[in-house]
Amino acid sequence: MRAEWQGFTEGVWNDEIDVRDFIQQNYTPYDGDDNFLTGPTAATEKLWSMVMDLNQKEREAGGVLDMDTKIISTITSHGPGYLDKDLEKIVGFQTDKPFKRSLQPYGGIRMAVKACEDNGYHVDDEVVEFFSKHRKTHNAGVFDVYTPEMRACRSSHIITGLPDAYGRGRIIGDYRRVALYGVDRLIEDKKEQYSSTRVIMYSDVIRQREELMEQIRALEELKELGQIYGFDISKPAKDTKEAIQWLYFGYLAAVKEQNGAAMSLGRTSTFLDIYAERDLALGRYSEQEIQEMVDHFIMKLRLIKFARTPEYNELFSGDPTWVTESIGGVGIDGRHMVSKMSFRYLHTLNNLGTAPEPNLTVLWSVHLPENFKRFCAKTSIESSSIQYENDDLMRVTHGDDYAIACCVSSMRIGKEMQFFGARANLAKCLLYAINGGIDEISKKQVGPKYRMITSEYLDYDEVMDRYNDMMKWLAQVYVNTLNIIHYMHDKYCYERVQMALHDKNVTRWFATGIAGLSVVADSLSAIKYAKVRVIRDENGIATDYEVEGDFPKFGNDDDRVDQIAHDIVHTFMKYIKGNHTYRGGIPTTSLLTITSNVVYGKATGNTPDGRKAGMPFAPGANPMHGRDTHGAVSSLASVAKMPFKDAQDGISNTFTIIPGALGKDDLYIGDIELECAECTGMANLMEGLDREEEKYESQ
Amino acid sequence: MTSSPEPSITACKGRIHSIESFGTVDGPGIRLVIFFKGCPMRCLYCHNPDTWEIGQPYTLLSADEILAQYRKNEVFYEKGGITATGGEPLLQLDFLIDLFEKGHKEKIHTCLDTSGITFHKDHSDKYDRLLAATDLVLLDIKHVDDAIHQKLTGHSNKPVFDFLAYLDQKGKKVIIRHVVVPDWTDDSHYLRLLGQKIAHYRCVKGIDVLGYHTMGVEKYRQLGIDYPLSGAKNLSNEERQKARQCILQGFRSYRLNKKRAFCNIAL
Repeated sequence: MRAEWQGFTEGVWNDEIDVRDFIQQNYTPYDGDDNFLTGPTAATEKLWSMVMDLNQKEREAGGVLDMDTKIISTITSHGPGYLDKDLEKIVGFQTDKPFKRSLQPYGGIRMAVKACEDNGYHVDDEVVEFFSKHRKTHNAGVFDVYTPEMRACRSSHIITGLPDAYGRGRIIGDYRRVALYGVDRLIEDKKEQYSSTRVIMYSDVIRQREELMEQIRALEELKELGQIYGFDISKPAKDTKEAIQWLYFGYLAAVKEQNGAAMSLGRTSTFLDIYAERDLALGRYSEQEIQEMVDHFIMKLRLIKFARTPEYNELFSGDPTWVTESIGGVGIDGRHMVSKMSFRYLHTLNNLGTAPEPNLTVLWSVHLPENFKRFCAKTSIESSSIQYENDDLMRVTHGDDYAIACCVSSMRIGKEMQFFGARANLAKCLLYAINGGIDEISKKQVGPKYRMITSEYLDYDEVMDRYNDMMKWLAQVYVNTLNIIHYMHDKYCYERVQMALHDKNVTRWFATGIAGLSVVADSLSAIKYAKVRVIRDENGIATDYEVEGDFPKFGNDDDRVDQIAHDIVHTFMKYIKGNHTYRGGIPTTSLLTITSNVVYGKATGNTPDGRKAGMPFAPGANPMHGRDTHGAVSSLASVAKMPFKDAQDGISNTFTIIPGALGKDDLYIGDIELECAECTGMANLMEGLDREEEKYESQ
Repeated sequence: MTSSPEPSITACKGRIHSIESFGTVDGPGIRLVIFFKGCPMRCLYCHNPDTWEIGQPYTLLSADEILAQYRKNEVFYEKGGITATGGEPLLQLDFLIDLFEKGHKEKIHTCLDTSGITFHKDHSDKYDRLLAATDLVLLDIKHVDDAIHQKLTGHSNKPVFDFLAYLDQKGKKVIIRHVVVPDWTDDSHYLRLLGQKIAHYRCVKGIDVLGYHTMGVEKYRQLGIDYPLSGAKNLSNEERQKARQCILQGFRSYRLNKKRAFCNIAL
């Protein structure tokens, strides 16, 4: 075995690129509590105060501190950048200094120019000319091909958030491979893949060969990136510090090349813990030193920044990078996958203070160790910064080495990727069904000219009949729009280094999304269980609705309306599946508009549930705000009924609760006979939701 | 001649104000909390005046219907259970017994949140039955001093302490609840006295001190009732902790003295 691997248990991973096997052979499940954790070192505190200082300056400068306007970002475009070279245990920035945003025009030169202009910077004229005349971008490619119908759907926001002018993101490179194997071994592997493609030059073979060659080139550049910072990453990492650093270089190469809508990290904590355990046993590093490395690593991830337009930031309510890291979960052999490193990652929220990025995501299972559950609950209460996802549900499909991209999209690392697919506005689609394809705001004919509904009161069966037709139409335009986008993205803005950290043959998920589910469910429920009178304008277009009487509302564990929501997801997915998808992508959908629900709501007129024009939709699969009146369990129970089989790209529920409402911890006088701590409340809630979802899945 | 069967109370339904599916502060774990309609007390600081009247509006629900709702999401309640609160659940005693007995049959943890005001020690048969199916009682003592209690609630506190004595005799686990209202129930003397008094009862396992808050004001406005405590301030968490310590002081001093006295005798 190689010297760097001394002390590790051998397995298939020695002969093949197989990080999962390495983890399974070597990781140490940790059942203990958080007492072993250490606080921030002086260096960490100093560095973090420098970051806070720069943060402040960035805010004062109006949101952006510095931007590249001339250097086009590539893996090797910049010299090294540091906060304080002597203090940083983990190094590397996207440009030559922290807080400087790079120029990434391959997604679209117009977006890149606008992102600069809106922040008071001017992109070098030569660069603009080059990317307008000589080098086509993804954005330009897409718009060459769009049909008038697609453009109309896009501008009327029935299809929204399409990644046609910026990087699609949602692809996770297996950055751990860099640490475990070193880049040379990965290049060797890719060369072998290249030499073993099919030999008759069908267009897909040609494409594959060209892509593999691009991947090899990207890996060569990745090595160079290491050299820029003084590291030779051609060989495997030999200890914890190198493992973190190598892994981070892999990720850094990706964010230097791609300004993707979500640039997630993967599932790295328990992988790295194997190195940490070895070093602790050898006495090479102390716990304090390892925590310091982790703190510095996470600090770097917090400083990933992209040049974006104010509109983009409005769509996502901020400036998210979605550096999602998946933590915990359970292995298919039944052992949980919580390690000390899982604790250390979460502990950064304590050492560095709370932050939305990286998006630390716990893969929750009822089988996680109790101590870890409590620690998660405690950290959630203190930081409000942990995302939870149901491992028991996803493990069935994705095994035990998957990670979350963005907020809910699950994929096997290095084996599956996703074509990110924005969202179809199903609430607006319902209005189109009522108005025969006429947009309720622009009054233009956007959808097909089906018959309008003309009755004074809406009839459920009639509405459903028209709605099904309209959803079928929408699914067709939507999927075909995405086909164009992903074709062009592969052609003009290919994720070279991320795909270099994948297997040769990957499964491609063709992701779609649904916005406005609870609006649709409540609207249809109102039509079915109350009376909805239509108010029309002088041209007979329905513009408003009057609800007479009460109706069951989504979010109260009431099957009458929850079933409607369930059926809509299933039906829409059925229509999606009826279309051809680019590169054999497997269709999935998600219910996850975590922030963009506000913007989608703005673009949608009055709806039959009584929601007024412009009012935000509920996020993800959430019930509409204030309509879930029976408490959290009932609300979550409604959401848990949504079919994961149909919405395999994820179902999100945004849940806010003040810690005080999670229970009491100072009730008892002496012997505590009953558990009643806050943390128990939180952990119990997670547990309930998980098992509830499973219950519905198994039906 | 065969003895007459126990009076059947299974057919009755409860008048329910509302149900909270995610109760975390009325007993251990996550609980399905049932708010009963109707209460004989008129506590000045009550924050649920909408549950006072026994009459409309309410939802008529049977024990089976409530338990069906519980079962539907029982995974959430595994470490919790059902809590009856209100209003005053004891006003609908027959229904309450039915609910708790049926719940207990399904091994559901049952918790009663009550003021105990309806209790009479000479008519405790039904209470025997209720307690047999009750796991935990949250007993809300409004004031230790009877005169002030009457001013505060319109009732004497005698039945409340009778109920506590009865719970003690039955060996039921009890957590004492006490709402601390600035200028009304925050006098440290009375708080200590309360602690001493409840320390008599071995059944008391915990003290839950609740701070007064003004969130009920809006409900009074909606109901068209004058708010009796207009001007009273929210109790801060520090003040709440302080009040709790006062009660605990009283509690400990009584228990300690008793222990010492016992030791002296033994010597």
